[in-house]
Amino acid sequence: MEQLNPRARRDPFGSRINRTQSSLLAYGLPWVTIMLGSLTPWLPIIAPAPLLPPLGFMLLLAWRLLRPGLLPLWAGLPLGLFDDLYSGQPLGSGVLLFSLSLFAIEVIEARFPWRNFWLDWLTASAMLTVYIALAALFSGAALTLVQFTVIIPQLLLSIVLFPIIARAVAMLDRLRLMRVRRID
Amino acid sequence: MASPANRRSGSNKKAQLGVFTGYVLAGAGVLLGAALLAISLLRPGTFTDLRTVAGDAVSPVGEAGAEARTGSRNVFEAVAAYYRAGSRNAALQEEMRVARVRLAEAEALRQENVRLKAVLGLTEEEAKPVAVARLIGSTSSSARRIGYLSAGRADGVRRGMPVSSPMGLVGRILEVGERSSRVLLLTDSESMVPVRRATDNVIAFAEGRSDGSLRLRLVNLGINPIKEGDVFVTSGSGGLFRPGIAVAVATEITRDGAIARLLSNPAATDVVVVEPIWQPDAAAVLGTAPPERGEASGGD
Repeated sequence: MEQLNPRARRDPFGSRINRTQSSLLAYGLPWVTIMLGSLTPWLPIIAPAPLLPPLGFMLLLAWRLLRPGLLPLWAGLPLGLFDDLYSGQPLGSGVLLFSLSLFAIEVIEARFPWRNFWLDWLTASAMLTVYIALAALFSGAALTLVQFTVIIPQLLLSIVLFPIIARAVAMLDRLRLMRVRRID
Repeated sequence: MASPANRRSGSNKKAQLGVFTGYVLAGAGVLLGAALLAISLLRPGTFTDLRTVAGDAVSPVGEAGAEARTGSRNVFEAVAAYYRAGSRNAALQEEMRVARVRLAEAEALRQENVRLKAVLGLTEEEAKPVAVARLIGSTSSSARRIGYLSAGRADGVRRGMPVSSPMGLVGRILEVGERSSRVLLLTDSESMVPVRRATDNVIAFAEGRSDGSLRLRLVNLGINPIKEGDVFVTSGSGGLFRPGIAVAVATEITRDGAIARLLSNPAATDVVVVEPIWQPDAAAVLGTAPPERGEASGGD
Protein backbone atom coordinates (compact mmCIF):
# COMPACT_ATOMS: atom_id res chain seq x y z
CA MET A 1 0.00 0.00 0.00
CA GLU A 2 2.80 2.39 0.98
CA GLN A 3 4.39 1.89 -2.44
CA LEU A 4 1.25 3.10 -4.17
CA ASN A 5 0.65 6.05 -1.88
CA PRO A 6 3.03 6.95 0.96
CA ARG A 7 0.27 8.84 2.73
CA ALA A 8 -2.21 5.99 2.62
CA ARG A 9 -2.02 5.26 6.34
CA ARG A 10 -1.92 8.89 7.38
CA ASP A 11 -4.62 11.44 8.03
CA PRO A 12 -4.33 15.15 8.95
CA PHE A 13 -3.39 14.13 12.48
CA GLY A 14 -0.42 12.01 11.42
CA SER A 15 0.22 8.31 10.94
CA ARG A 16 -2.57 6.04 12.05
CA ILE A 17 -0.27 3.12 12.69
CA ASN A 18 1.77 2.79 15.85
CA ARG A 19 1.04 6.37 16.91
CA THR A 20 -1.45 7.91 19.29
CA GLN A 21 -2.25 11.30 20.78
CA SER A 22 -0.22 12.51 23.70
CA SER A 23 -2.49 13.26 26.64
CA LEU A 24 -0.05 15.91 27.84
CA LEU A 25 -0.40 17.80 24.57
CA ALA A 26 -4.14 17.15 24.23
CA TYR A 27 -5.04 18.42 27.68
CA GLY A 28 -2.12 20.77 28.34
CA LEU A 29 -2.12 22.91 25.20
CA PRO A 30 -5.22 24.98 26.08
CA TRP A 31 -3.79 25.79 29.49
CA VAL A 32 -0.38 26.71 28.09
CA THR A 33 -1.77 28.94 25.34
CA ILE A 34 -4.12 30.78 27.72
CA MET A 35 -1.24 31.36 30.14
CA LEU A 36 0.95 32.64 27.31
CA GLY A 37 -1.88 35.01 26.39
CA SER A 38 -1.88 36.27 29.96
CA LEU A 39 1.78 37.19 29.59
CA THR A 40 1.04 39.96 27.04
CA PRO A 41 2.06 42.71 29.51
CA TRP A 42 5.62 41.47 29.08
CA LEU A 43 5.53 42.07 25.36
CA PRO A 44 7.81 44.97 24.48
CA ILE A 45 4.87 47.33 24.01
CA ILE A 46 4.57 50.21 26.41
CA ALA A 47 1.11 51.56 25.89
CA PRO A 48 0.13 55.00 27.14
CA ALA A 49 -3.48 53.82 27.34
CA PRO A 50 -5.12 50.40 27.64
CA LEU A 51 -4.92 49.33 24.05
CA LEU A 52 -4.21 45.62 23.67
CA PRO A 53 -7.14 43.23 23.97
CA PRO A 54 -7.12 40.94 27.02
CA LEU A 55 -5.51 38.04 25.13
CA GLY A 56 -5.57 35.55 28.00
CA PHE A 57 -9.30 35.97 28.46
CA MET A 58 -9.98 35.86 24.72
CA LEU A 59 -8.04 32.60 24.37
CA LEU A 60 -10.02 31.17 27.29
CA LEU A 61 -13.27 32.12 25.57
CA ALA A 62 -12.13 30.71 22.24
CA TRP A 63 -11.04 27.37 23.72
CA ARG A 64 -14.19 27.09 25.80
CA LEU A 65 -16.49 27.85 22.87
CA LEU A 66 -14.62 25.57 20.48
CA ARG A 67 -14.29 22.57 22.80
CA PRO A 68 -16.93 22.49 25.52
CA GLY A 69 -15.84 20.19 28.31
CA LEU A 70 -12.12 20.34 27.55
CA LEU A 71 -11.48 22.96 30.20
CA PRO A 72 -13.09 22.05 33.52
CA LEU A 73 -15.59 24.49 34.96
CA TRP A 74 -13.16 25.44 37.73
CA ALA A 75 -10.41 26.40 35.24
CA GLY A 76 -11.20 30.07 35.88
CA LEU A 77 -9.61 29.88 39.31
CA PRO A 78 -6.01 28.94 38.36
CA LEU A 79 -6.06 30.73 35.01
CA GLY A 80 -7.53 33.90 36.50
CA LEU A 81 -4.97 33.84 39.29
CA PHE A 82 -2.14 33.56 36.76
CA ASP A 83 -3.62 36.41 34.72
CA ASP A 84 -3.86 38.59 37.83
CA LEU A 85 -0.15 38.16 38.56
CA TYR A 86 0.77 40.01 35.38
CA SER A 87 -2.23 42.02 34.20
CA GLY A 88 -1.84 44.92 36.63
CA GLN A 89 -5.37 44.39 37.92
CA PRO A 90 -5.79 43.88 41.66
CA LEU A 91 -5.40 40.22 42.55
CA GLY A 92 -8.77 38.47 42.49
CA SER A 93 -10.32 40.42 39.64
CA GLY A 94 -9.24 37.81 37.09
CA VAL A 95 -10.21 34.89 39.34
CA LEU A 96 -13.70 36.31 39.77
CA LEU A 97 -14.26 37.37 36.15
CA PHE A 98 -12.79 34.19 34.58
CA SER A 99 -14.89 31.96 36.85
CA LEU A 100 -18.05 33.95 36.29
CA SER A 101 -17.63 33.92 32.53
CA LEU A 102 -17.18 30.13 32.47
CA PHE A 103 -20.43 29.89 34.41
CA ALA A 104 -22.12 32.28 31.99
CA ILE A 105 -21.02 30.25 28.96
CA GLU A 106 -22.37 27.13 30.65
CA VAL A 107 -25.76 28.82 31.02
CA ILE A 108 -25.73 30.14 27.46
CA GLU A 109 -24.86 26.67 26.18
CA ALA A 110 -27.71 25.07 28.09
CA ARG A 111 -30.06 27.65 26.59
CA PHE A 112 -28.74 27.39 22.99
CA PRO A 113 -27.36 23.85 22.56
CA TRP A 114 -26.98 24.26 18.81
CA ARG A 115 -24.39 26.90 18.18
CA ASN A 116 -22.73 28.39 15.13
CA PHE A 117 -20.02 30.92 14.41
CA TRP A 118 -22.30 33.97 14.68
CA LEU A 119 -23.71 32.90 18.02
CA ASP A 120 -20.18 32.20 19.30
CA TRP A 121 -19.01 35.63 18.17
CA LEU A 122 -22.05 37.28 19.74
CA THR A 123 -21.43 35.40 22.98
CA ALA A 124 -17.76 36.33 22.98
CA SER A 125 -18.55 39.99 22.21
CA ALA A 126 -21.03 40.20 25.06
CA MET A 127 -18.58 38.52 27.43
CA LEU A 128 -15.73 40.79 26.35
CA THR A 129 -17.87 43.91 26.83
CA VAL A 130 -18.82 42.89 30.34
CA TYR A 131 -15.27 41.71 31.13
CA ILE A 132 -13.53 44.91 29.99
CA ALA A 133 -16.08 47.16 31.70
CA LEU A 134 -15.92 45.23 34.98
CA ALA A 135 -12.13 44.98 34.83
CA ALA A 136 -11.95 48.78 34.51
CA LEU A 137 -14.36 49.05 37.43
CA PHE A 138 -12.31 46.65 39.57
CA SER A 139 -8.95 48.14 38.58
CA GLY A 140 -8.91 50.46 41.56
CA ALA A 141 -8.36 53.44 39.27
CA ALA A 142 -10.48 56.52 39.77
CA LEU A 143 -13.44 56.18 37.43
CA THR A 144 -14.00 59.16 35.19
CA LEU A 145 -15.61 59.70 31.84
CA VAL A 146 -12.14 59.64 30.27
CA GLN A 147 -11.64 56.07 31.51
CA PHE A 148 -14.68 54.87 29.64
CA THR A 149 -13.84 56.66 26.43
CA VAL A 150 -10.39 55.09 26.66
CA ILE A 151 -11.64 51.50 26.89
CA ILE A 152 -13.96 51.77 23.88
CA PRO A 153 -11.17 51.39 21.26
CA GLN A 154 -9.81 48.44 23.23
CA LEU A 155 -13.25 46.85 23.31
CA LEU A 156 -13.84 47.31 19.59
CA LEU A 157 -10.40 45.91 18.81
CA SER A 158 -11.10 42.87 21.00
CA ILE A 159 -14.43 42.17 19.33
CA VAL A 160 -12.97 42.49 15.84
CA LEU A 161 -10.00 40.36 16.78
CA PHE A 162 -12.03 37.52 18.29
CA PRO A 163 -12.71 35.60 15.05
CA ILE A 164 -8.98 35.61 14.30
CA ILE A 165 -8.21 34.30 17.78
CA ALA A 166 -10.92 31.66 17.37
CA ARG A 167 -9.36 30.64 14.05
CA ALA A 168 -5.92 30.41 15.62
CA VAL A 169 -7.33 28.31 18.42
CA ALA A 170 -8.93 25.99 15.85
CA MET A 171 -5.48 25.52 14.28
CA LEU A 172 -3.99 24.87 17.72
CA ASP A 173 -6.76 22.35 18.29
CA ARG A 174 -5.58 20.42 15.24
CA LEU A 175 -2.05 20.52 16.66
CA ARG A 176 -3.44 19.35 19.99
CA LEU A 177 -4.84 16.19 18.44
CA MET A 178 -1.74 15.24 16.44
CA ARG A 179 -0.62 11.67 16.96
CA VAL A 180 2.82 12.29 18.36
CA ARG A 181 3.26 9.47 20.86
CA ARG A 182 4.72 6.15 19.70
CA ILE A 183 2.99 3.03 20.98
CA ASP A 184 5.57 0.47 22.02
CA MET B 1 -22.76 22.02 16.58
CA ALA B 2 -24.50 20.30 19.48
CA SER B 3 -22.85 19.97 22.85
CA PRO B 4 -20.88 16.73 23.15
CA ALA B 5 -22.53 13.63 24.58
CA ASN B 6 -20.11 13.27 27.46
CA ARG B 7 -21.46 16.49 28.98
CA ARG B 8 -24.89 14.90 29.46
CA SER B 9 -24.48 12.84 32.59
CA GLY B 10 -27.81 11.00 32.22
CA SER B 11 -28.51 8.50 34.97
CA ASN B 12 -24.85 7.63 35.57
CA LYS B 13 -24.35 8.36 39.28
CA LYS B 14 -20.59 8.84 38.97
CA ALA B 15 -20.91 11.26 36.06
CA GLN B 16 -23.57 13.22 37.91
CA LEU B 17 -21.29 13.52 40.92
CA GLY B 18 -18.44 14.67 38.70
CA VAL B 19 -20.58 17.43 37.18
CA PHE B 20 -21.77 18.43 40.65
CA THR B 21 -18.19 18.61 41.98
CA GLY B 22 -17.23 20.77 39.02
CA TYR B 23 -19.98 23.24 39.84
CA VAL B 24 -19.01 23.30 43.52
CA LEU B 25 -15.34 23.95 42.69
CA ALA B 26 -16.24 26.67 40.19
CA GLY B 27 -18.56 28.29 42.73
CA ALA B 28 -15.72 28.21 45.25
CA GLY B 29 -13.53 29.87 42.61
CA VAL B 30 -16.03 32.72 42.23
CA LEU B 31 -16.23 33.24 46.00
CA LEU B 32 -12.45 33.08 46.39
CA GLY B 33 -12.03 35.57 43.54
CA ALA B 34 -14.49 37.98 45.15
CA ALA B 35 -12.71 37.65 48.51
CA LEU B 36 -9.25 38.19 46.98
CA LEU B 37 -10.53 41.18 45.03
CA ALA B 38 -12.02 42.74 48.17
CA ILE B 39 -8.77 42.21 50.06
CA SER B 40 -6.58 43.64 47.31
CA LEU B 41 -8.84 46.67 46.83
CA LEU B 42 -8.94 47.43 50.55
CA ARG B 43 -5.29 46.62 51.28
CA PRO B 44 -3.41 47.07 48.00
CA GLY B 45 -0.05 45.89 49.33
CA THR B 46 -1.18 42.43 50.45
CA PHE B 47 -0.13 40.32 47.48
CA THR B 48 3.01 42.21 46.53
CA ASP B 49 5.31 39.23 47.17
CA LEU B 50 3.32 36.92 44.94
CA ARG B 51 3.40 39.38 42.05
CA THR B 52 7.06 40.23 42.37
CA VAL B 53 8.09 36.56 42.44
CA ALA B 54 5.99 35.99 39.32
CA GLY B 55 7.59 39.03 37.73
CA ASP B 56 11.09 37.81 38.47
CA ALA B 57 10.26 34.49 36.83
CA VAL B 58 9.50 35.92 33.41
CA SER B 59 11.62 39.08 33.34
CA PRO B 60 14.59 37.53 31.44
CA VAL B 61 12.27 36.77 28.51
CA GLY B 62 10.79 40.24 28.63
CA GLU B 63 14.22 41.79 28.66
CA ALA B 64 15.18 40.02 25.45
CA GLY B 65 11.98 41.39 23.89
CA ALA B 66 12.77 44.90 25.10
CA GLU B 67 16.15 44.76 23.38
CA ALA B 68 14.41 43.77 20.17
CA ARG B 69 12.05 46.73 20.54
CA THR B 70 14.94 49.16 20.92
CA GLY B 71 16.67 47.66 17.92
CA SER B 72 13.65 47.74 15.66
CA ARG B 73 12.86 51.33 16.56
CA ASN B 74 16.32 52.35 15.49
CA VAL B 75 15.86 50.57 12.16
CA PHE B 76 12.65 52.52 11.48
CA GLU B 77 14.32 55.73 12.49
CA ALA B 78 17.25 55.00 10.24
CA VAL B 79 14.95 54.48 7.25
CA ALA B 80 12.89 57.56 8.08
CA ALA B 81 16.04 59.66 8.32
CA TYR B 82 16.69 59.29 4.59
CA TYR B 83 13.56 61.27 3.86
CA ARG B 84 14.04 65.04 3.80
CA ALA B 85 17.72 64.63 4.62
CA GLY B 86 18.75 67.80 2.78
CA SER B 87 16.21 70.23 4.22
CA ARG B 88 16.66 68.64 7.63
CA ASN B 89 20.39 69.20 7.36
CA ALA B 90 20.02 72.90 6.63
CA ALA B 91 17.53 73.34 9.45
CA LEU B 92 19.81 71.51 11.85
CA GLN B 93 22.81 73.66 10.92
CA GLU B 94 20.78 76.79 11.60
CA GLU B 95 19.61 75.33 14.90
CA MET B 96 23.17 74.39 15.79
CA ARG B 97 24.40 77.97 15.32
CA VAL B 98 21.71 79.25 17.68
CA ALA B 99 22.36 76.45 20.13
CA ARG B 100 26.08 77.23 20.29
CA VAL B 101 25.31 80.76 21.40
CA ARG B 102 22.83 79.48 23.95
CA LEU B 103 25.35 76.96 25.21
CA ALA B 104 27.89 79.66 25.86
CA GLU B 105 25.26 81.65 27.72
CA ALA B 106 24.28 78.60 29.75
CA GLU B 107 27.89 77.96 30.65
CA ALA B 108 28.21 81.52 31.92
CA LEU B 109 25.04 81.09 33.93
CA ARG B 110 26.28 77.81 35.37
CA GLN B 111 29.48 79.41 36.55
CA GLU B 112 27.57 82.26 38.08
CA ASN B 113 25.30 79.75 39.78
CA VAL B 114 28.23 77.87 41.25
CA ARG B 115 29.71 81.13 42.50
CA LEU B 116 26.44 82.28 44.09
CA LYS B 117 25.88 78.89 45.70
CA ALA B 118 29.39 78.99 47.09
CA VAL B 119 28.61 82.40 48.55
CA LEU B 120 25.46 81.02 50.19
CA GLY B 121 27.28 77.92 51.45
CA LEU B 122 24.99 75.50 49.63
CA THR B 123 26.54 72.21 48.63
CA GLU B 124 25.59 70.76 45.29
CA GLU B 125 24.02 67.36 45.82
CA GLU B 126 24.49 65.47 42.62
CA ALA B 127 21.88 62.68 42.57
CA LYS B 128 23.79 59.51 41.79
CA PRO B 129 21.55 57.06 39.96
CA VAL B 130 20.74 53.86 41.81
CA ALA B 131 20.39 51.74 38.72
CA VAL B 132 20.15 52.00 34.97
CA ALA B 133 17.60 49.57 33.59
CA ARG B 134 15.32 48.76 30.74
CA LEU B 135 11.58 49.39 30.70
CA ILE B 136 10.41 45.93 29.61
CA GLY B 137 6.69 46.20 29.14
CA SER B 138 3.50 47.59 30.54
CA THR B 139 0.02 46.46 31.49
CA SER B 140 -1.25 47.17 28.02
CA SER B 141 -4.73 45.71 28.46
CA SER B 142 -5.62 46.83 31.98
CA ALA B 143 -7.02 50.22 32.96
CA ARG B 144 -4.06 50.64 35.32
CA ARG B 145 -0.80 51.94 33.86
CA ILE B 146 2.00 49.94 35.38
CA GLY B 147 5.33 49.28 33.71
CA TYR B 148 7.83 46.49 34.29
CA LEU B 149 11.46 47.36 34.91
CA SER B 150 14.47 45.05 34.55
CA ALA B 151 16.09 45.97 37.87
CA GLY B 152 15.11 44.97 41.37
CA ARG B 153 16.21 44.72 44.95
CA ALA B 154 19.52 43.15 43.91
CA ASP B 155 20.37 46.36 42.06
CA GLY B 156 19.47 48.57 45.01
CA VAL B 157 16.01 49.59 43.82
CA ARG B 158 13.55 50.37 46.62
CA ARG B 159 9.90 51.40 46.75
CA GLY B 160 9.05 54.99 45.93
CA MET B 161 12.21 55.77 43.96
CA PRO B 162 11.67 58.05 40.97
CA VAL B 163 12.25 56.60 37.51
CA SER B 164 13.26 58.99 34.76
CA SER B 165 14.59 58.95 31.24
CA PRO B 166 16.77 61.59 29.57
CA MET B 167 13.53 63.13 28.27
CA GLY B 168 11.91 63.49 31.67
CA LEU B 169 10.11 61.76 34.50
CA VAL B 170 8.60 58.33 33.77
CA GLY B 171 7.11 57.29 37.10
CA ARG B 172 7.99 55.83 40.45
CA ILE B 173 8.75 52.35 41.76
CA LEU B 174 5.62 50.63 43.06
CA GLU B 175 6.71 47.10 43.93
CA VAL B 176 10.20 45.62 44.01
CA GLY B 177 11.16 42.05 43.16
CA GLU B 178 14.57 40.47 43.34
CA ARG B 179 15.57 41.44 39.78
CA SER B 180 12.49 43.11 38.36
CA SER B 181 10.13 45.75 39.64
CA ARG B 182 6.85 47.42 38.81
CA VAL B 183 6.71 51.11 37.97
CA LEU B 184 3.65 53.29 38.51
CA LEU B 185 3.70 55.30 35.28
CA LEU B 186 2.78 58.98 35.41
CA THR B 187 -0.34 58.39 33.33
CA ASP B 188 -1.87 56.00 35.89
CA SER B 189 -4.89 57.59 37.51
CA GLU B 190 -3.41 56.89 40.96
CA SER B 191 -0.24 58.80 40.17
CA MET B 192 0.08 62.40 41.35
CA VAL B 193 3.21 64.50 41.05
CA PRO B 194 3.75 68.00 42.43
CA VAL B 195 4.97 70.20 39.55
CA ARG B 196 5.72 73.83 38.81
CA ARG B 197 6.03 75.82 35.62
CA ALA B 198 9.64 75.79 34.45
CA THR B 199 9.79 79.56 34.05
CA ASP B 200 8.21 80.70 37.32
CA ASN B 201 6.51 79.43 40.44
CA VAL B 202 3.05 78.48 39.21
CA ILE B 203 2.57 75.24 41.15
CA ALA B 204 0.18 72.44 40.31
CA PHE B 205 -0.46 68.74 40.69
CA ALA B 206 -0.04 66.47 37.67
CA GLU B 207 -2.55 63.63 37.79
CA GLY B 208 -2.58 60.70 35.38
CA ARG B 209 -5.61 60.35 33.10
CA SER B 210 -4.81 56.82 31.91
CA ASP B 211 -5.28 57.84 28.28
CA GLY B 212 -1.68 58.93 27.86
CA SER B 213 -2.08 62.51 29.04
CA LEU B 214 -1.86 64.29 32.38
CA ARG B 215 -4.28 66.64 34.07
CA LEU B 216 -2.64 69.65 35.70
CA ARG B 217 -4.58 71.07 38.62
CA LEU B 218 -3.47 74.43 39.94
CA VAL B 219 -2.95 74.71 43.67
CA ASN B 220 -3.80 78.40 43.79
CA LEU B 221 -7.13 78.83 42.09
CA GLY B 222 -7.96 82.12 40.48
CA ILE B 223 -7.08 83.38 37.06
CA ASN B 224 -5.53 80.48 35.17
CA PRO B 225 -2.05 81.65 34.12
CA ILE B 226 -1.14 78.55 32.10
CA LYS B 227 -0.68 78.94 28.37
CA GLU B 228 -0.40 76.26 25.73
CA GLY B 229 3.18 75.07 25.38
CA ASP B 230 4.19 75.79 28.99
CA VAL B 231 6.65 73.20 30.26
CA PHE B 232 6.20 71.81 33.76
CA VAL B 233 8.96 70.32 35.92
CA THR B 234 8.89 68.59 39.29
CA SER B 235 8.73 71.07 42.15
CA GLY B 236 10.41 68.89 44.77
CA SER B 237 7.65 69.23 47.32
CA GLY B 238 6.78 65.95 48.97
CA GLY B 239 10.46 65.05 49.01
CA LEU B 240 10.11 62.18 46.55
CA PHE B 241 11.23 63.68 43.24
CA ARG B 242 14.19 66.04 43.06
CA PRO B 243 13.15 69.43 41.67
CA GLY B 244 13.66 70.26 38.04
CA ILE B 245 12.91 66.97 36.26
CA ALA B 246 10.86 67.71 33.15
CA VAL B 247 7.36 66.23 33.32
CA ALA B 248 4.90 67.54 30.76
CA VAL B 249 3.94 70.29 28.35
CA ALA B 250 0.49 71.88 28.50
CA THR B 251 -1.59 71.29 25.37
CA GLU B 252 -5.11 72.30 26.31
CA ILE B 253 -6.26 74.82 28.90
CA THR B 254 -9.08 73.83 31.26
CA ARG B 255 -10.93 75.77 33.93
CA ASP B 256 -8.73 74.73 36.86
CA GLY B 257 -5.48 74.00 35.04
CA ALA B 258 -4.61 72.22 31.84
CA ILE B 259 -4.36 68.93 30.01
CA ALA B 260 -0.71 68.16 29.38
CA ARG B 261 1.26 65.81 27.18
CA LEU B 262 4.02 63.70 28.74
CA LEU B 263 7.52 64.74 27.75
CA SER B 264 9.04 61.30 28.18
CA ASN B 265 6.58 59.08 26.38
CA PRO B 266 7.18 55.65 27.95
CA ALA B 267 6.55 54.00 24.59
CA ALA B 268 9.66 55.67 23.18
CA THR B 269 11.72 55.05 26.29
CA ASP B 270 13.99 52.06 26.54
CA VAL B 271 16.73 52.79 29.05
CA VAL B 272 15.65 54.57 32.22
CA VAL B 273 17.46 55.70 35.34
CA VAL B 274 16.27 54.88 38.84
CA GLU B 275 17.20 57.72 41.16
CA PRO B 276 17.27 57.70 44.95
CA ILE B 277 14.43 59.36 46.83
CA TRP B 278 15.35 63.05 46.97
CA GLN B 279 14.69 63.74 50.66
CA PRO B 280 14.05 60.33 52.26
CA ASP B 281 13.42 61.77 55.73
CA ALA B 282 10.91 64.34 54.53
CA ALA B 283 9.20 61.78 52.32
CA ALA B 284 8.92 59.35 55.24
CA VAL B 285 7.40 62.03 57.46
CA LEU B 286 4.95 63.14 54.79
CA GLY B 287 4.06 59.55 54.01
CA THR B 288 4.81 59.92 50.31
CA ALA B 289 7.27 57.02 50.41
CA PRO B 290 6.40 54.44 53.05
CA PRO B 291 9.61 52.61 54.02
CA GLU B 292 9.11 49.09 52.66
CA ARG B 293 5.61 47.73 53.06
CA GLY B 294 2.20 49.30 53.24
CA GLU B 295 -0.26 50.84 50.86
CA ALA B 296 0.74 50.10 47.31
CA SER B 297 -1.19 52.94 45.74
CA GLY B 298 0.75 56.14 45.90
CA GLY B 299 -1.17 59.38 46.05
CA ASP B 300 0.93 62.19 47.41
